Amino acid sequence: MSTTAKKPRLTTSAMIASIASEGQRVKAAPFGKALVELAQQRADIVGLTADLAKYTDLHLFAQAYPERFFQMGMAEQLLMASAGGMAKEGFIPFATTYAVFGTRRAFDFVHQVIAEENLNVKMCCALPGLTTGYGPSHQATEDIALMRGIPGMTIIDPCDALDTEQAVPQIAAHAGPVYMRLLRGNVPLVLDEYDYTFELGKAKMLRDGKDVLVISSGILTMRALEVAKALESDSVDVGVLHVPTIKPLDTATILAEASRSGRLVVVAENHTAVGGLGEAVATALLTAGVTPPFYQIALPDAFLDAGALPTLHDRYGISTEAMVTAIKGWLG
Amino acid sequence: MNIPSEIGSHTKLAEHAYRIRRYALQMGEVQGQGYVGQALGYADVLAVAYCHAMSYKPSDPEWEGRDRFLLSHGHYAIAFYAALLEAGVIPEDELETYGSDDSRLPMSGMATYTPGMEMSGGSLGQGLPIAVGIALGLRLKGNPAFVYNSMSDGELDEGSTWEAAMGAAHHGLSNLICLVDINNQQADGPSTKVMGFEPLADKWAAFGWHVQRVNGNDLPAVIAAFDTARNLQEARPRVILFDTLMGKGVPFLEAREKNHFIRVDPHEWQQAIEILDQARGAV
Repeated sequence: MSTTAKKPRLTTSAMIASIASEGQRVKAAPFGKALVELAQQRADIVGLTADLAKYTDLHLFAQAYPERFFQMGMAEQLLMASAGGMAKEGFIPFATTYAVFGTRRAFDFVHQVIAEENLNVKMCCALPGLTTGYGPSHQATEDIALMRGIPGMTIIDPCDALDTEQAVPQIAAHAGPVYMRLLRGNVPLVLDEYDYTFELGKAKMLRDGKDVLVISSGILTMRALEVAKALESDSVDVGVLHVPTIKPLDTATILAEASRSGRLVVVAENHTAVGGLGEAVATALLTAGVTPPFYQIALPDAFLDAGALPTLHDRYGISTEAMVTAIKGWLG
Repeated sequence: MNIPSEIGSHTKLAEHAYRIRRYALQMGEVQGQGYVGQALGYADVLAVAYCHAMSYKPSDPEWEGRDRFLLSHGHYAIAFYAALLEAGVIPEDELETYGSDDSRLPMSGMATYTPGMEMSGGSLGQGLPIAVGIALGLRLKGNPAFVYNSMSDGELDEGSTWEAAMGAAHHGLSNLICLVDINNQQADGPSTKVMGFEPLADKWAAFGWHVQRVNGNDLPAVIAAFDTARNLQEARPRVILFDTLMGKGVPFLEAREKNHFIRVDPHEWQQAIEILDQARGAV
């Protein structure tokens, strides 16, 4: 059958889909710009990628500092090991690829070459969690679980452009390996509306609330703030504790906030429910004997579908609407 | 400080190789085990590396000007410690701690344990990609040192080896020298049966490398190969493929049924050392 009738445009399952909602304020390439700025001050910054400079915003660094940029081809084992080699020579390598390849593909090289010797490599990996509609090949839903298992690994899950650009100099200044989930392209700008600065290792209260405490990281902090606004009209008071550093976890702040009585605690993360922030917080709470009503918003322990991001975020419970519904249900 | 010597005295180097073999057997006796077959087979290459080719300061293993030597095949630690003992990086009395609790000489090489150990090997196929990063780093710093990656033929099975082979050639790393010990033994049998790698020289050449293949137990040939690799005026990485004989220098071990891990009975360690000593006397 053939037809000339124009079909309605369908939602996209493209690999690169912006996580910004329509009309949202954004900043372009916050990681790449911050790295260029840092490299002006620090001659020891080098950049490496595995055929994904353009798609990790590292092309800006490559253009500004071609002599300090190293293309490793589509070879992630080489990427991580050679970054380790450059760190041994005193450089601070920023190695970029997609999160699936940086963690799953290159895991033993991250573990043995970089982490076991506590080398100063900063792995900045794009498409974290469910931020692409391309299906499991590109959806890094377990990257944090993998990285959390590595001793000495620092793990950063930024919320937005502000978090990202402020994290870059701080992870460079930190001695040791860092895995940072990378938001690239037009990245939402959210946290400038709050009295907030990124501090490595610190969880920060973005807004207080007496009914619900959402403990979140990454783009689910952005969602949590939207949820909090949405629930204001239902007279539900939602506090949001943003935890951009997943490891080491700011247990003191988490315990202090979760100990306040009368609040549901909801941990929200753009990651499988297995081995991420939710389990880390649960362990911290139980170990300290703090036992508020506890719920988890996370991706299911499953291989996720391909599709458009809004569809998938609804399907798997991490859209603002789905989160509002879930929290209302838990409040009864 | 050891500086490269252009006048290769293979008589002098034969003495170094003998001592490396002897240290390895002494360490093997401490634990009653160890990859001593590989150590005996590779001793000539290590002697030339540490007593002829490389620049380093025994008292300052992290000296910035040193040539870097990566032991990718971490299970060759016993051979490598023997070379470090011979080079004066590790004191001789430490030999008896080999493989013991809290020793700086664990049975598989680890960078954080041992002076002069540049990487934690053992997860095979990692040395060459690390060497690529070190070579890039040295070049960026304007440091003229070489980086040597020492690996086993089994590591030719690892995809990362070939990722790095492509990367090194792409970046024109003339300061990178890869040493491959070809003894044709892997955990499950002869390398040629586990996963055939021939024609090996052609493979490296096709990947853009300068290639030499020599008898790794022929000292003059080994010396010449190192000298050629170091002095070559070409903007590409260099590999030397060494065909070696496991157990070399101790005929009853040379003749023993070959496998990855040569069995040595308790009474045989001293016997092997005596044979080595007698052969040296004959020279």
